[in-house]
Amino acid sequence: MAVLVFADNTNGSIAKSSKEAINYAHQMGQGVTVVTYGEISQDKLSALGNSGANKVLHHTGVNRVEPSQLSKMVAEAAKAESAEIVVFAHDYTGKSVAPLTAVRLNAGIVSGAVALPDTSSGFRVRKAVFSGKAFANYELKSDVKVISLLPNSIDLVEVSGSASVENFSADLGSAGLVQKEVRGTVSEGGPVLTEAELVVSAGRGLKGPENWGMVEELAELLGAATACSRPVADVGWRPHHEHVGQTGVAIRPNLYIAIGISGAIQHLAGVNGSKVIVVINKDPEAPFFKAADYGIVGDAFEVVPKLIEAVKKLKAA
Amino acid sequence: MDILVCISKAPDTTAKIQFTDGNTKFDENGVQFIVNPYDEWYALVRALELKEAGGGSVCIITVGGPEADPVIRKALAIGADKAVRIDAQPTDAGFVAGQIADYAKANSFDLILCGKETINYNGSQVGGMIAAEMDLPYVSQAIKLDVAGATATVERDIQGGVEVLEGNTPLVISCAKGMAEQRIPNMRGIMAARTKPLEVVAPTDRPALTEVVGYDLPPQKTEVKLVDPENAEELINLLRNEAKII
Ligand SMILES: Cc1cc2nc3c(=O)[nH]c(=O)nc-3n(C[C@H](O)[C@H](O)[C@H](O)COP(=O)(O)OP(=O)(O)OC[C@H]3O[C@@H](n4cnc5c(N)ncnc54)[C@H](O)[C@@H]3O)c2cc1C
Ligand SMILES: Nc1ncnc2c1ncn2[C@@H]1O[C@H](COP(=O)(O)O)[C@@H](O)[C@H]1O
Repeated sequence: MAVLVFADNTNGSIAKSSKEAINYAHQMGQGVTVVTYGEISQDKLSALGNSGANKVLHHTGVNRVEPSQLSKMVAEAAKAESAEIVVFAHDYTGKSVAPLTAVRLNAGIVSGAVALPDTSSGFRVRKAVFSGKAFANYELKSDVKVISLLPNSIDLVEVSGSASVENFSADLGSAGLVQKEVRGTVSEGGPVLTEAELVVSAGRGLKGPENWGMVEELAELLGAATACSRPVADVGWRPHHEHVGQTGVAIRPNLYIAIGISGAIQHLAGVNGSKVIVVINKDPEAPFFKAADYGIVGDAFEVVPKLIEAVKKLKAA
Repeated sequence: MDILVCISKAPDTTAKIQFTDGNTKFDENGVQFIVNPYDEWYALVRALELKEAGGGSVCIITVGGPEADPVIRKALAIGADKAVRIDAQPTDAGFVAGQIADYAKANSFDLILCGKETINYNGSQVGGMIAAEMDLPYVSQAIKLDVAGATATVERDIQGGVEVLEGNTPLVISCAKGMAEQRIPNMRGIMAARTKPLEVVAPTDRPALTEVVGYDLPPQKTEVKLVDPENAEELINLLRNEAKII
């Protein structure tokens, strides 16, 4: 029995979240076949062996394809490989392609899985629900099962090897949507918020957009992405795509530093999967301290410059 | 233009999350229910704006029992013209999407809008499944939508950027922040909602392929470790040497 993983090609590279999905599939202990598409070097494809892939199916001749076409590609590959489990990363692409693939394969789907399937009785997959406030175990009752893996939620295992690469092609049908434009929203070299391991975030406590310089400086020094609370994005101090929480994006970095954010339940819903939370707030009663691992009760305008100096010193050492 | 907006019922964002029946059921005791924020603030309001600009109708649809009616009335108060409730418990995403697709196939719509995810199950599944069931183009996590004639222009979030897409109606779109601004229903809307049509439809035969067998809560966080603000540098040392994270 094979496990099939969809790997997303972003500008000629395999996305980090896809590599995690491959490693997750590898940990299931069966052969792993990866399906991907578009222009990408053979070297990069065979190097997926270092994530746990045994074989890579490469659909050439297409570059930008829409979700319905990608779902046809994955479904055809799953049939060709007699895959019983199909794995996606629960990232932007996975969210748009996995549900369609499940329909095409008549498969039950669990999206945002946080652990390996438990096959001790049936086939159960754990995922976060209620915006990270609880977990649920889902039983999958179909022959073929689709799982999308929440980024940054499992421990990776070391594996090394070289995957065999085969050409693959399927009838993708025609595209119903035409791409007009792509705009980047991250500064050159900075990490993408949803993929970032370190995030520095700030809220209304910063008083105005002109005070974000120190937030950006700290983030840049740490190699972190920047984020913000909802009201800050609502009034236009920061762009919408930085808004984290129940109604913004959900993230699970290794480190989340919250500066001048009160820690409302709707904000926590988007960040409570973070491994370590640091809170800097001048109000010792701020609810965020209850969700924090480390905290400083103090004025951000005094504390943050000190942190910047400390990071500089650390980097110089 | 006739727009179908998929609405789900979700616990208020501040609701206490706990479970009953041996941790197999969400405990609804004392919980206020709201229209799932993405469905209301973004999908429904954008649908209303498009109707106000270009005419047509906005129909909302929910898969749920009669307990969903108060939430449906809230959505009607914001301005939808009519509502459909598929009278069945929303067991899994495939079941829900199948029901909505069956209804939408029998009644034609130019656009089907839903939220990017429900805040209780966080599936991000139903929209894409409706599209696949109906063989329509799908745009997920859209942050902007304009329609001119039969051409829709949609912006969606992608990894590290935004993509602008164009396609012909009908299509299915899941909506995220940016689409529209939240609208607070006024008294007139609330009064009008009481008499707007709410059609109850029997479900079609669709299987549920998944089932929640149990819930649990994350472990309690241990007490926060406070660092003296006078000595803020110490935090960086702790993150480096204790948490080993930077
Ligand atoms: C349905 C719904 C959905 C929502 N979704 C989201 C969401 O997705 N994301 C989100 O963030 N919010 C969301 N909210 C809003 C949320 O309830 C809070 O209002 C919001 O998170 C507060 O933002 P804030 O912490 O930046 O501002 P505030 O609550 O105003 O907090 C500012 C904090 O800064 C501190 N402060 C002030 N000055 C300083 C200083 N000099 N130094 C250090 N600290 C200082 C204050 O003590 C305070 O704790 C939602 C609300 C609702 C009703
Ligand atoms: N029971 C339901 N009835 C109608 N629409 C629903 C229902 N459940 C989910 N949806 C729609 O599908 C979207 C995505 O839901 P989900 O896939 O569960 O995250 C929601 O934002 C709603 O627009």
